[in-house]
Amino acid sequence: MTSNKYASHFLVLALLSLFVSISIGVLISFQYIYPDFLKHSFHFAKLRPVHVISSVSWVVLAAIGSIYYYVNEQEQLPLYSKRLAGVHFYIFFLTGIAIYFSILIGKIGGREFFVFAPVLMIPILIGWLLFGVNYFKTVLKNIKNWPVYYWMWGTGTVFMIFHLMEAHFWLIPSFRENYIRDLVVQWKSVGSFVGSWNQLVYGISIYLMTKIKGDARFARGKLVFFFYFLGLANLMFGWAHHTYIIPSQPWVRIVAYSISMTEWIILFKIIYGFLLNLPQKERQLNTMAYRFLVAADVWVFLNLIIALLLSIPAINYHTHGTHITVMHTMGTMIGINTMILMASVWFIISKLNPDCYPTKWTVFSYKFLNVSLFFFLLSLGIAGIHRGKWMLENDGVSFTQMQMDLHPDYVFMIVTGIGVFLGLLVIILAALREILMGKQ
Amino acid sequence: MKNNILYNKLIIGGLVLLFVIYNFVVYNNAAFIQEHKLSDAAIQGQQLWQDNNCTACHQFYGLGGYLGPDLTNIASDSIKTDAYVKAMINLGKNAMPKYNFSEKELQEFLAFFKAVDQTGYFPNKAATTEKTGWVKLKIKNTTDDQ
Ligand code: HEC
Repeated sequence: MTSNKYASHFLVLALLSLFVSISIGVLISFQYIYPDFLKHSFHFAKLRPVHVISSVSWVVLAAIGSIYYYVNEQEQLPLYSKRLAGVHFYIFFLTGIAIYFSILIGKIGGREFFVFAPVLMIPILIGWLLFGVNYFKTVLKNIKNWPVYYWMWGTGTVFMIFHLMEAHFWLIPSFRENYIRDLVVQWKSVGSFVGSWNQLVYGISIYLMTKIKGDARFARGKLVFFFYFLGLANLMFGWAHHTYIIPSQPWVRIVAYSISMTEWIILFKIIYGFLLNLPQKERQLNTMAYRFLVAADVWVFLNLIIALLLSIPAINYHTHGTHITVMHTMGTMIGINTMILMASVWFIISKLNPDCYPTKWTVFSYKFLNVSLFFFLLSLGIAGIHRGKWMLENDGVSFTQMQMDLHPDYVFMIVTGIGVFLGLLVIILAALREILMGKQ
Repeated sequence: MKNNILYNKLIIGGLVLLFVIYNFVVYNNAAFIQEHKLSDAAIQGQQLWQDNNCTACHQFYGLGGYLGPDLTNIASDSIKTDAYVKAMINLGKNAMPKYNFSEKELQEFLAFFKAVDQTGYFPNKAATTEKTGWVKLKIKNTTDDQ
């Protein structure tokens, strides 16, 4: 066994980040109905960044931990350098603490996602660089004809590094002095940053399907490669649906419109094909992992519809700047990314701890989570429709009046949000227990 | 098998080349309005905006948090005078926190809001929707729409 304890270190850190993210998420949602709640000590401007950065950390750390595990332990490839993996872990761990501390003392970055002092980007970039070196050195040396997931993890890492830098181009005066250029490039980098982690996460989902199915050809087929190239093209050119409404050059928007219609269909097709072809016996193996993949499949389907609609400018015009964007974000963050990463976490648990079977509680929470998520997204959709109507039609009604009119929507959102929180909480605790036990 | 690997590398190479060209064009020409350079005061205002993470609750062009109103065109709103904006920031109201900025800083905020206001409209109420699903935006300070 080429045991690599850092893989599970990363997973534990990821689960803790998710816990922080959802706790703060519930806490700040109360500010929608009690505007004075926490207003003086820890208002939205401080707590929202904690929520955002913890959510991003969950995705990124869980993906990194999974990839370290799969490359090193599942595939038994000797890691180029274990020490580098250790340094990577401690850099991210300490930077994470520094980020929370910087938010706490009020040193906030004030840009979407990158809510911390810009200097903290330097250690993050170094961490990614170390990961990239370790990854490529390990895989290039040992594998000749790469299955698609190795490509996805590799390109995801490279583009991650580029877009994290691009997100800081505003520090260059010629970007900053032109407000529209700054705004476009900011949302370009954010969109492609998400595209980069999607490469890591979707790569993990294809890896898991290959392993659960036990069919190595699956990840070398023409279709998965076609999907991979399409995903890459989306990462590069498909970011602009966030910026339709910004007065940028029309071609920026046209390119985005035409390209963003494609990616999801293919992913759905792949997962659907996988579910159809799975032999009955294997469905019972890896139970939690399989369940989460099924859930991801359903959410991909639902989010596909939403994403396709939102990428049509005529619809985007009504939904942009409303909670419908949040519905889309939560749908992909929780429905797709979190379900796939939970599948990965539970797959790894089943390897660390072969006789672990999920308790009734865990299975129930899984169901409860998915039902709650459905109603949570619905509540955001309803609030979004109401806000969109106000934004475009009701000139006389003040913002505060509109917020009060939306109270019932927000109560619905908070109640269902608590459902999502509880469902995830039980799963996080169960996963943490299994990982910490399995390590002994 | 060899062929496949070559094929994959070629496609990725081609995509990356396109990406480099596209980035170059976006970085240089993405903005519809090239002439508006933010003044020093506006840049300072933007820095204050970021340092205080006002975007957690507010949006420009619909981008940001949703607890507060969008501020893209607040500078040209005839009801919301400079005095109103300054009072709102330093007194707070409902979920809007009470801050304690100096007069100079408040002026920098105002300069920043003015600069943003000049770049366009949000919501773009005069936009027209076409049959193709395309939305033609009303562009500020020009006669043609895009
Ligand atoms: C915790 C959320 C929050 C934060 C942070 C916040 N605001 Fe506000 N802001 C609001 C809310 C809510 C309103 C609407 C208040 C009302 O009219 O009841 C508002 C209103 C305003 C208005 C008046 C808008 C109008 O159309 O009447 C301005 C200007 C403003 N904020 C500026 C700022 C600035 C500048 C910052 C950062 C220094 C900031 N806000 C931070 C929530 C916030």
